[in-house]
Amino acid sequence: MRGICKQFPGVVALDGVSLEIGAGEVVALVGENGAGKSTLMKILGGVYQPDGGEILIDGKPISIHNVNDAMRLGIAFIHQELNVLTNLDVAANVFLGREPVFTPFRLINRRKIHADAAPFLKRLGLDVPTHTRLDRLSIAQQQLVEIAKALSLNARLIIMDEPTSSLTLSETNRLLDLVCELRDQGVSIIYISHRLGELDRCADRVVVLRDGKNAGRLSHEEASHDKMISLMVGREIKSFYVESDAPKTPGFLRVRNICSPMYPNETVSFDASKGEILGFAGLVGAGRSEMAKTMVGLDGPTGAEVWLGGEKLSIRSPHDSISHGIYLVPEDRRGEGLVVGMSIRENITLPSLPRFTRMGLIQRSRERKTADDQISSLKVKTPGAETMVVNLSGGNQQKVVLGKWLAMQPRVMILDEPTRGIDVGAKAEIYRLMRELAAQGAVILMISSDMEEVLHVSDRVAVMHEGKITGVLERPDCSEENIMQLAVGRTVAAAKPPFAP
Amino acid sequence: MKKDLGIFGLLVALCLITASQNHNFFSATNLTNLSNVIGLFGIFGIGSGLVIIAGGIDLSIGSMIALVGVLLPMALRDWHWSWPLAVAFVLAVPMFLGWCHGWLVTRLNIQPFIVTLCGLLIYRGMARTITNDTTEGFGDSQAQGFGTLDRLADGKLFGLPMPFVILIIISIVMWFVLHRSVYGRYLLAVGRNENATRFSGINTRQVISSTYIVAGLLTGISGILFAFWTRSISPANHGTFWETYGIAAAVLGGCSLRGGEGSIIGIVIGTAVLQVLQNLVNLLGIRSPRNYVVMGVVVLAGAIFDEVLRRHSAKKLARAQK
Repeated sequence: MRGICKQFPGVVALDGVSLEIGAGEVVALVGENGAGKSTLMKILGGVYQPDGGEILIDGKPISIHNVNDAMRLGIAFIHQELNVLTNLDVAANVFLGREPVFTPFRLINRRKIHADAAPFLKRLGLDVPTHTRLDRLSIAQQQLVEIAKALSLNARLIIMDEPTSSLTLSETNRLLDLVCELRDQGVSIIYISHRLGELDRCADRVVVLRDGKNAGRLSHEEASHDKMISLMVGREIKSFYVESDAPKTPGFLRVRNICSPMYPNETVSFDASKGEILGFAGLVGAGRSEMAKTMVGLDGPTGAEVWLGGEKLSIRSPHDSISHGIYLVPEDRRGEGLVVGMSIRENITLPSLPRFTRMGLIQRSRERKTADDQISSLKVKTPGAETMVVNLSGGNQQKVVLGKWLAMQPRVMILDEPTRGIDVGAKAEIYRLMRELAAQGAVILMISSDMEEVLHVSDRVAVMHEGKITGVLERPDCSEENIMQLAVGRTVAAAKPPFAP
Repeated sequence: MKKDLGIFGLLVALCLITASQNHNFFSATNLTNLSNVIGLFGIFGIGSGLVIIAGGIDLSIGSMIALVGVLLPMALRDWHWSWPLAVAFVLAVPMFLGWCHGWLVTRLNIQPFIVTLCGLLIYRGMARTITNDTTEGFGDSQAQGFGTLDRLADGKLFGLPMPFVILIIISIVMWFVLHRSVYGRYLLAVGRNENATRFSGINTRQVISSTYIVAGLLTGISGILFAFWTRSISPANHGTFWETYGIAAAVLGGCSLRGGEGSIIGIVIGTAVLQVLQNLVNLLGIRSPRNYVVMGVVVLAGAIFDEVLRRHSAKKLARAQK
């Protein structure tokens, strides 16, 4: 792709971007949200038409008018949200729209469709029968089915957009191995990811975009994280971790015997200090989010015991935990954190609405003031408090979620994957906010699957494995190796128990 | 707000068209009749709309009206209850049924469509069973001691039919409830995203259940007024299909069946549009079998127009953002 330009009304999304990829090469495409990665890939995939520039394959200029053109040219696009039909089986998904049929009634040739699908699964190491319905497969396996579909289309170039965002660590590793294998088989891959650690493993080159322009390209050897980040944001970002000198009160929050529906035979207990950020690491599926949800009462009354500042709390519903100042910023921002069809003002005041009433009626001016305060202190980029949340970018949406709780003086703030899908600049701001909040005397519990984030932000790290805490690491012992050991259920000498009995 | 103006424009246009076709439209008799039926249908329309705003639907309204319609004369005439007691009773019954709907929907997670569809069948059957399928009436209300109720339900205030007056009062109250109270905000939030609302510490089950109870109450009030309007309540026909008027009025008035959207003013004007349309159809002498076709087409056109408008504004927004 050479000199690609794309304008949307009022904004230049791409301004002369070039990208080249050789046969059997893996190119990582990185950049902040809004840098133009998706637009560029959508042009390659036939979703958008470029305003300028040209696309060449094997040296010949070609034009891609729609998705079918792209497919015919051997370009396959694996979106972040999987496009699979979970009510159909593997073979039907692989050959959707291209089923082998018996004429004249176009009945599906069931034997052939399964026989044809099998080799692709084998090539990808997906060891399931071709007649398995997709809703019985894990997300990672469903993703492999999509890749199988791409291969069955004879794809020479596969675009993967944030393929690992919902995979566990071992699944991620397997996917990265697969990317290398496909490369060795001569398939070219463009790989978009916010998780820079993954790129070390597989990328032959890294192409960095910033504000719709090429910001730089790095070879495998040159591509250090600091360098990539500085190219993405155009400035050096040092490690996010700042040792805080805020006074800590150990045992301020004591949690005992949380038993989530996911692991009914395990319980979680831990202590956390006032003023600290306690990270929760672990593989996806370790039960961390479920623990948090149970803790704030979303599963109804349970046998869990929570002491906050020496007082025993009775938490039977989210209403109870909220009234004690325990707030959860859930993982699924748009599904659980926000009512995206409502304005910023309405979202920010939703949990504290009764405070804005006089004689039972809501006073919008007071609501507005609170919303404006949060917008300015969180630096939410928006025309105003009446803007619908659906129109904000991911990072700004997350700030609104934070804002609705910050308006209510949190004592315990649980953040589940607080920066997923958020660009580097907004990430740094959210980390700064978390640190400030801790310094003001709140307890921060941060669940994160992003190893870098855990290491950068946490004062201590509790590691979970299959529904229980396998150990807590103090700051000096927080290393990637130690966390991984605990996350897979092994023991580490430096690890402490999660609470003092 | 924009939507309310749009539907109001449609109402004005329909009125003018009707008036141009038949100069009787603006006659006092016609306007009184019209405001009377707008009141009757508008009251339960608001209930229907609230359920829709919270993301549900109530199909049982017509049958509930029939049930209220037969219970009221029985209580007054056969059981000789005092009229306040009888009114309390026939309001309590639909509220209880609404509570049952809410319980089934929020506790057992049964789809509102199924729950209220079963209600539609059951309450109709109950109305016919308890009356042995015979038509009920009130007889002489004055002689039997409920003349006051009769005047409250079927009388006039400042020349306006009582149902219309009651609709105005209920609309004003419900406007504050939906657009200015905490409960109303919760309704809109639950309709848009129940999960996120629950995560914000709001008892979403209670909020959703309550809409069915309020719908029950408003249906009960409508039911009483309808009973005194028709004066002869045939359990097999009274109220059939009326739930669709409530749903159609709510949708015309800007409520989205996806939930989370709608306004009281919209619902009331939506009801008015339907009734003026009915009036137009009658005045033009279109025979009643075709009546439903006209109504269906107009509501469908409204929905299509709304969707076109939505896409247009979405595009405009996207353009403004880029």
